[in-house]
Amino acid sequence: MKLLKKATKAFGMFWWNFLVGDTPELFVAVITILGVLAVFKSTHAHALMIVLPVLVLGALSVSVWREVRKR
Amino acid sequence: MIATISTSNSVLILAIFLATAVEMVEALTIVVAVGHTRGWRSALEGVLVALTTLVALVAAFGPALLRIPINDLRIVVGSILLIFGLQWLRKAVLRSSGLKAKHDEDAIFASTVASLEHGEVSRRDTLAFVTSFKGVFLEGLEVVITVLTLGASAHKILLASWVAIGTVLLVAVVGVLVAKQLSSVPENAMKMTVGVLLVSYGTFWCGEGLGIHWTGSDAALPVLALVYLAGTWAIVAVAKQSRKNVAS
Repeated sequence: MKLLKKATKAFGMFWWNFLVGDTPELFVAVITILGVLAVFKSTHAHALMIVLPVLVLGALSVSVWREVRKR
Repeated sequence: MIATISTSNSVLILAIFLATAVEMVEALTIVVAVGHTRGWRSALEGVLVALTTLVALVAAFGPALLRIPINDLRIVVGSILLIFGLQWLRKAVLRSSGLKAKHDEDAIFASTVASLEHGEVSRRDTLAFVTSFKGVFLEGLEVVITVLTLGASAHKILLASWVAIGTVLLVAVVGVLVAKQLSSVPENAMKMTVGVLLVSYGTFWCGEGLGIHWTGSDAALPVLALVYLAGTWAIVAVAKQSRKNVAS
């Protein structure tokens, strides 16, 4: 039981570090972008082809900009 | 018979090859350091056990992933690839713009050797085994996730696995031959390329999962890669300029 608890914790920690780690803003950005696009997918499906990459590049820019401002 | 490789297969092979190569160079650096310092027997045992565990993980989770409804799988996998790819791109941008030190395999080698130099070397060297196992397992786990996510979404786990296995063998052979020149591998350029490819795949799969019908179907993938490459270069240029402005 103790081993199972330890393994579950290690598994959870691995995914946390893997997906969130020291860039939580990227995790939040991707989830938010996909959530917002899911709302508009039925009415603006064609526009999403352009909007999705633009928003992803925007998320990268914001994350890099945060690092620049720290220095 | 003329073998034809489709655009999506080419991009898949390139993405798996580069991602595996980058991770395996890191793992190899640790194993070589352990082998030089504590002896090769326990180091190679650690490698063997780690590789066996990783193969078992692919065998266990690969077929299971293929049973999940494809659109749900593409959104989940696409999100993971987007997040993972953006993390790689961010690091590559920060290194290219001078905001972060470039990854130095020589430094990793030196620090691993320093941490291993103390302590008695026995016939069964637990420290060497564990260090080697952890290095290969953790770096390999990232390869496994890349192989499973990219391979499952494209329904080409077998192709993805063979490319990864081939790359591991290639890096191992080249690594043994040029173990002391690992630092000369242009890691940041490779990291940026992998980041661009992972983000492109992530965007493509998320879009498909959301119901977007990409113009040109699979041909949209290289277009997305070019868009992300151009965007990344632009961000690097702006970050470099901002760094200079902050410094002056």
